[in-house]
Amino acid sequence: MNPDQSLVHVDGLTVEFGDVRAVDAVSFTLARGGALGLVGESGSGKSTVASALLGLHRGTGARVTGSVRVGGTDIGAATDAELRRLRGPVAAMVFQDPLSSLDPYYAVGDQIAEVYRTHSKVSRRAARARSVEVLDRVGIPDAPRRARSRPHEFSGGMRQRALIAMALACEPELLIADEPTTALDVTVQAQILDLLHGLREETGMGLLLVTHDVGVAAESIDDVLVMRHGRVVESGGVADVLSAPREAYTRQLLGAVPRVDAVREERTGDLGDVVVEADGLRREFGRGKRAFAAVDGVSLSVRRGETLGVVGESGSGKTTLGRMLVGLLDPTAGQLRYGGAEKQGKGVVPGVQMVFQDPVSSLNPRRSVGESIADPLRARGDRDEDAIRTRVRDLMTRVGLDPAHYGRYPHEFSGGQRQRVGIARALAAEPRLIVCDEPVSALDVTTQAQVTALLAELQRELGLALVFVAHDLAVVRQVSDRVAVMRRGRIVEYGTVDEVYGSPQDPYTRQLLAAVPALDPAAAQERRAARRRAAADARAARAADTDGSASAGGTGSAEGGDGGGTGKELAAA
Amino acid sequence: MTATAPAPAKSLGPTGGFGGLLGLLGGGFTGFVVRRVLGVVVTLFVLSALLYAVFYVAPGDVAQITCGPRCSPAQVQQVSDQLRLDDPLYTRYVDFLRGIFVGHDYSTGTGVLHCDAPCLGLSYQTDQQVTELILNKVPVTGSLALGAMVLWLILGVGTGVLSAWRRGRPTERILTAVTLAGTATPVFVIGLILMILVCGQLQWLPFPQYVPFTDDPQQWAWNLLLPWVSLALIEAAKYARLTRASMLETLAEDHVRTFRAYGVKERSIVGRHALRGALAPVIALTANDFGSMFGGALLTETLFGLPGLGRELVHAVRVVDLPVVVGMVMVTGFFVVLANAVADVLYAVADRRVVLS
Repeated sequence: MNPDQSLVHVDGLTVEFGDVRAVDAVSFTLARGGALGLVGESGSGKSTVASALLGLHRGTGARVTGSVRVGGTDIGAATDAELRRLRGPVAAMVFQDPLSSLDPYYAVGDQIAEVYRTHSKVSRRAARARSVEVLDRVGIPDAPRRARSRPHEFSGGMRQRALIAMALACEPELLIADEPTTALDVTVQAQILDLLHGLREETGMGLLLVTHDVGVAAESIDDVLVMRHGRVVESGGVADVLSAPREAYTRQLLGAVPRVDAVREERTGDLGDVVVEADGLRREFGRGKRAFAAVDGVSLSVRRGETLGVVGESGSGKTTLGRMLVGLLDPTAGQLRYGGAEKQGKGVVPGVQMVFQDPVSSLNPRRSVGESIADPLRARGDRDEDAIRTRVRDLMTRVGLDPAHYGRYPHEFSGGQRQRVGIARALAAEPRLIVCDEPVSALDVTTQAQVTALLAELQRELGLALVFVAHDLAVVRQVSDRVAVMRRGRIVEYGTVDEVYGSPQDPYTRQLLAAVPALDPAAAQERRAARRRAAADARAARAADTDGSASAGGTGSAEGGDGGGTGKELAAA
Repeated sequence: MTATAPAPAKSLGPTGGFGGLLGLLGGGFTGFVVRRVLGVVVTLFVLSALLYAVFYVAPGDVAQITCGPRCSPAQVQQVSDQLRLDDPLYTRYVDFLRGIFVGHDYSTGTGVLHCDAPCLGLSYQTDQQVTELILNKVPVTGSLALGAMVLWLILGVGTGVLSAWRRGRPTERILTAVTLAGTATPVFVIGLILMILVCGQLQWLPFPQYVPFTDDPQQWAWNLLLPWVSLALIEAAKYARLTRASMLETLAEDHVRTFRAYGVKERSIVGRHALRGALAPVIALTANDFGSMFGGALLTETLFGLPGLGRELVHAVRVVDLPVVVGMVMVTGFFVVLANAVADVLYAVADRRVVLS
């Protein structure tokens, strides 16, 4: 293709930060109106490529070589003013974390209007009208009023929509979306991907989607570029690459993606005694009018050697439940029994440990990992330093870490290794039950697979009871024996994996499963069509209900579910 | 945190406007302000009790000192009776509090001295009402503090923004050197040098002498210019460093990147988006500094011969004029607490998330 006619033409792009070569001789072309995905794990250089398209590396100390042309402009040679004119009207970027990507001090509508006015000489009024128009287009209900809200008053999904609206305001030829759905729940993720798809059909803009999630890519793009260590490993049509990968790395990447339709190895072995039993657990946050039950009457039990998956979207109360099981939070009402005996008093329960989501912030950066692993031993009263050290070294070996790294600090480890440290720490005090709160959601898929395999192995060996709290349905399916689906503090579905995934009874479970991205682009299209029909039906039903009165848009109200971030924030306060 | 609740209609704007009680219970903006004001009152009460305890229990024979070195024991006893120094401390404290709200009558042995409603007592030395004494000095110190604050904010924040914007370039290095020098120099050195240079050698300005604003605004400003500048130069250095650090932090935030990626001009990114986020610590520090200036501008007041609160306080301490000392510190405390409350409210106006948490 003639490079001048293509929307994006990248040739031999190399980006270096000091001695680190983040991007190494990457070349690709994106036709006008096309959709290209950059897929890779963290550190593969995909976001760096995306930033290079807008010339965002200028002035940061990064060394950029090779040629990048976007909409006919040579990014390397463009003046600062030319670059500014390109950013927005030609190529607009949607960032990953929608909360931090908007200015907390200004109304969402004003921020969109500001960007719009940067590129078109219109009055403030007209710019504000434009911002309401685009907010409405991306499905923000009651856009004229919501345009005056500040970002923290929006839910995660709405913020992401607002960022897309900002991009849309400039009518770009190319939309660069950098992990646009990573921070979102599956149902919201599906809505955002459908929105991007619809906008592309409507405006004919090109899309460059940067993602670590192969499923997200399969849903949304025509061509794919698989990246690793700054290089392009494989490229081609998305259907070809995903169904018949040529490169070993692509195969490995695809193999590691947890799938809701994958064949599960049947778990055998006798289940032992009940380790923990919860009866009518309830936990409230706040007082008076603001009181809010994060967990509202949950009963469950876990046996020795069994894994209970707790799945739900943000705000469903799953983390609060996990914390109560460990004793980090005390229930407002309900009973907890450990090994048949009623829980005595308040506070943490001996023999129950927790593995946290973020292996970075859950380890003290100023203590060596060996010391961190030894903490539970010291806490329970062990004093023999030699014995402690020996035990820590054993644990490190057991979770696949080099015991010689006892004295190293968390920042010297990769994300997966840090999570192994977290697991070793949880194992140290020989627990009967480990509650894992989103233990793999911060990890790349290949690392994810390794960590879940480790947990399964430890369980077999030590007969641990595991509670696996996660938002990812596929991961939960892979690791669990039984599953509890949570929504708004309640368990809406509870049963074996085959029951819940095979024949879901609750409509919410069905909705969740329908929103999981499919790896097969054809299947993805089918599901998208199904979701559209469902949304249209729901709208029609609501319109009939309310007799056509001006109610919130269909897409927006479907997001009501992610409104319960409340409990988490209160708990943190 | 009702912000992300499914019915967000209620989460916007003030909701606590249904009178005091609802405002207190509810979370809205009015409730926030009411809570803050109540906080001020409570803090002042605690402060007054502490001051009373500390100063009146302090060692030293107050009656002897007040009466003077040549008093006979009988005279000292008379003074002690007059000042009611033998009464239990708590009755005197209750009297003191009552004086603040309803005023107080003092017997002088021969007659009765009335002290009007916000009564902080009478000076042991001059029998003058402490309230009156302080009110006479507040305009002087207030003028000094206010003008200096305006100057140091302009100078400090401006310098800070500029050096954050031009980080790594010669502009920043020069500014850093200047502000460092500023922080390291005591006010009497800068003030003295300025005074010798500007008033003495060049004779551009008069040697400072307090002229009330109401008498002659122009002379007021003209006379205060030098004290303002000296104070502001010192303070500005601190503010420049704070603003710079805070700006560098906000400039690295994701939302700044968003606006860069949409081609918004650097000037408006720095001025609109980065600066606003960076101002929070500046507001907090300003409140503290402005408030404490009422008790602590002593050096400047002394150097420039301004009859302000600082000088009065030092004098009162020297002669153990306890009512004056307590009153002074109360007033200083009042300004510090008030300035902090104003800062909190300002901060909440700028960032509504503060109200919600």
